[in-house]
Parts: sequence; structure tokens; C-alpha cells
Amino acid sequence: MKYEAVIGIECHVELKTASKMFCGCANRFGAEPNTLICPVCMGMPGSLPVPNAAAIEYMIRAGLAFKAAIPAYSKFDRKNYFYPDMPKNYQISQYDMPLTQGGVVRYWLEDGTIRECRLTRIHLEEDTGKSTHAGSGDGRIAGSSYSLVDFNRAGVPLMECVSEPDLRSAEEAVAFLEMLRRTLMAIGVSDVKMEEGSLRCDANVSIRPIGSETYGTKTEIKNMNSFRSVRRAIESEIARQSAMLDAGERIVQETLGWDEANGTTISMRSKELAHDYRYFPDPDLVPMEISEERVAAVRAKMSPLPIDRFERYAKEYGFNIKQTTQLIDAPEIADFFDRTVEVSKHPQQTQNFVLGDLSRLANESGIAIHQSPVSPEHLGELVTLVEAKTINSKIAKELLARMWAGEGSPKAIVEREGLAQTSDPAALARFVDEVLAANAASVEEYRAGKSNVFGFLVGAVMKNSRGKADPAAVNALLRERLGG
Amino acid sequence: MSSENLDIAYVAKLARIALTDDEVERFGAQLGDLLGHVATLADLDLDSIPATAQVVESRNVVREDCERPSLDRETVLNGAPQRQGAFVRVPRIIGQA
Repeated sequence: MKYEAVIGIECHVELKTASKMFCGCANRFGAEPNTLICPVCMGMPGSLPVPNAAAIEYMIRAGLAFKAAIPAYSKFDRKNYFYPDMPKNYQISQYDMPLTQGGVVRYWLEDGTIRECRLTRIHLEEDTGKSTHAGSGDGRIAGSSYSLVDFNRAGVPLMECVSEPDLRSAEEAVAFLEMLRRTLMAIGVSDVKMEEGSLRCDANVSIRPIGSETYGTKTEIKNMNSFRSVRRAIESEIARQSAMLDAGERIVQETLGWDEANGTTISMRSKELAHDYRYFPDPDLVPMEISEERVAAVRAKMSPLPIDRFERYAKEYGFNIKQTTQLIDAPEIADFFDRTVEVSKHPQQTQNFVLGDLSRLANESGIAIHQSPVSPEHLGELVTLVEAKTINSKIAKELLARMWAGEGSPKAIVEREGLAQTSDPAALARFVDEVLAANAASVEEYRAGKSNVFGFLVGAVMKNSRGKADPAAVNALLRERLGG
Repeated sequence: MSSENLDIAYVAKLARIALTDDEVERFGAQLGDLLGHVATLADLDLDSIPATAQVVESRNVVREDCERPSLDRETVLNGAPQRQGAFVRVPRIIGQA
């Protein structure tokens, strides 16, 4: 039978604050174990948590980026359970009144198709410590006899982002995650690095016969450490579930771990107690009231969103998907590009320079484009000079190299050195005739059928004009003089 | 809520507290009394009073995102029941959660 996959994603994203969520310990990856802890994040009796204002602002930014509702009233709750990497025996989280509700992630597939996946909510909580399972020899939980805990991560602000089951393939799930990552990076709320654990995700996967409206039994996949493993894990799970249904078996609702080395999902817990976290409002924390004015103030300072750039670059400017994605995924370069287009008014020509010559100069020198001496205003001037045919592309290339070296305004250089392209037909005719007179032998060769001499003659005319002649006009005039 | 709805053994299990049969009986009765006391609210006319989870009136108590010094590691680790090097050592985790 043909099946359709139904996938929902749950992501945890560590926020890029200086300090932890409820105390002043540093929020820093890679510090010496157990050096970033204090009575508050260790849940010592008598200590009191105080929320980090930046983390709340980041949540508002995320909500706005995904067009979520930002309720006027929100609160923190305690989620009670026991686990050695959670020192308080409860996690401060949000239960029924999260900081954002609903929303939608609009993302694009490799072919540029835009899809949507609704969000259920994004809420704010604190991260747990990090356990290393020891005694089994390979660091895995199975067979380990004890665990070692580093509490540096305990209390780091963590955003939990839950999607609706709107995704229909592994490809969509990965594209959704990439969009989530680039958006959260663009609005400056997280590093979103899977390899450092600042982005962690689980996938809920079920399948159903195509055309069916009801959901099948879902499984939850954990332990996916890269986008590649997300894709492989989901594909493998869809195949596993399809084979089971085809064989007349029943899918069991369970939690699966992705085994990267063997390329399979494995059951993590078979006998699972129904979770009862006994959520209740945290009496140590007072409610949050987020006014419309505050939301508006955050909105006013938001960086451009990747999806908006996508619509502009791909749809309005007509860039291909690869170039569009390349620009968007380098936000500083995209900012530089946008500011240049404001001056040049020619997106395509600007993009040619930014992704072409300018990127090459950046690669060669090791200096990023936005930190180079070339300003968006000056690049805008250069594009304008080319578009107006004031200079040809060869002169433009030379000018760009001089701008990169710090010579400033290209317009000023052109005026100072008289580099404007010669459109005067009489001057052009003089350049051509001089070259023809000086290269009689080559002219003979050309007339005898050696057509590749033509390029040499064009070059000679360009040189004679000190690069100022319009190459197209030189071509036309030469052909005319040489008799076609 | 009345005490018939209170499964004291279940609550004790969630809280990882081992209770004897006598204690189940005793604490069950005490918690039942507490719930019964709170239930007197049901006799009042509270339609005009919005629900709340907080009795203090302050809102939006936050701190600036500033880093402050943490505790000395030795002090922290010496307070742990078991340590190994720079880590807190805990019993194996599998089977819990």
C-alpha cells in the first residue's frame, strides 16, 4: 500500500544570553565542568530565581518572526520529575500560558517551493545539566553502571518549539529545521549549533494510507545529532512503519533512539510510566505581562527575516534558489547587498558583483566583504556606472580591485582619470583605424580566413583606447571595416 | 476535591517517598483535611473574581542579563554525595525517567 508520512517536530534551542535564565552564572558552552553554578541553578533551599529580561525579549522576537500570538499574560510553572541532571527535582517551564502561541514557519524546499508548517507554541524553560554515561566503556546509556554530571548547562535559557504535524516527508522536516535555524540565527536569539547542543530536536512520525484523514500511531525519535541524521532517521522510520503495516503488524507508540552507526531506530523504553509531571505555577516567580507597546518596540528593532528576503530575492529579483540561499545564509553579506541595492537600484548586477568578484576578493584576502574598505555606497556607485554604460566591465573589475585596496569612490576615480567609456563614434573610428593600419599583417591573415585573429584586433583596439572603448561597439566597427 | 479522589500511594510514588501503611493512612487523612479546607471556597460566590495562580500583585520582576561570579568548584563538589574528578557522580540512570 502507498502511505503518507505525518511528521511533527519538537525543538529545544538554547538562547544566546550572557547569563543563565534565573541566575547570574555565565551561559557559556565548553567551560570547565561544574564551574558555572550557584545556589539558584543548583536549587539550594532559600535561593530565589529571577528571570533574565533578555531571554524574555528573545522569546518575543521568536514569536514575531513566526507570526505567533504574544499573549498579554504569561507565567512559569514547575514540571516535577526526578533525574540526576536536574538539581531542583523540577524544571521551571511553562505549562498552560506560554509566552507565544500558534504561529507558522514558512520554509522553502530545494526547488524553491514555499511550504508552511504551523507551530503549536514556543515556550521558555531552563536547560538541565549534562550527563555522561560511564562504566559501559562506550559512553552509551545501555550497560553503563554510573553517570557523571556537569551542571554548567543547568539553568541555561531554553526555548521549546513544538510544531503541528504538518510535515509530510523527511525532506520537508529538514527544510523546516533549516528555516527554523536560519531564522533564529538571523534574529540573534541563538547560535543554533546542533554540534554544540544549542539546537536539539525530536521527531514524531506516523504514517497513514494516502487519502486517509485519521492519524496512525506515532513514534518519537530522539538522539538525532545533525540534519543529515534527522533525514536518515525519519526515512528509516517511515520505511520501518510501512513494512510493519504491510505485514499486518501494529505500530506500538514508543520512544526510539536513532543509531547513527547502524542507520536504524532502536526502542529506548518499552515499559514506560505514563508521565505525570504535576505541573503547578511556580510560587517563586511572578507572572509576566507583555504589553502591546513592548511587543511593538521589539518588532521595531527586528532584523530582516530570511523568509522576507527569500520572497524578495527569489520572487521579486528573480535570483536562482542557490544564490538566494547563499545570500540569506550569510546575513552580514545580505545586509551589505540590501544596502548596495538601495543605492544601485539594480539587484542582478549588484548580486553579480557581491557573489562574484567581491566574494573572490574576500576569499583571497581573508577579509569579509562587510569589513572590507568597499562600502555599499561605493559599490552602488560602481553598479550605477556599469548600468549606465559609463564604464565597461573590464574597467569595472579594475576599479573594484582599487576600491578593495581603499581608493574610495569609483565615481571620483573615473572623473579624475577620465575613464569614462568612449561613445564618441569619431574617437572610436580613430582607435580602430590606427590599429588596422599598424597591424596590416594580421588584417591579411584574417581576410585569408584565420578568424581567431579577430580577438587579437579587438584587444589591440581596447588597449589603444586605454580600456575606455565599448567592446560591443569595437566589435561591430571592426567587422564592418574588415568586411564582415 | 474530597479525600476519595486522593491516591496517597500514587502521590508518594511520584514524589519518591516510601510510606508505611500506617503513614499512608495518616497522611492521607491529613491531606484530605487540607483539601476539604480549600473546598470551602466552593461555597462562596466567586463569579466576579478572576482566577489567579499568584497572591502577590507584582508583575514582570526581571533582572538584566549580566554575568555574575559562580561558586568555587571544590566547594560545590564537596557538597555532592559522590564525585569523580570534576564531575558529580550519580547512580546509573537507565530504568528511570
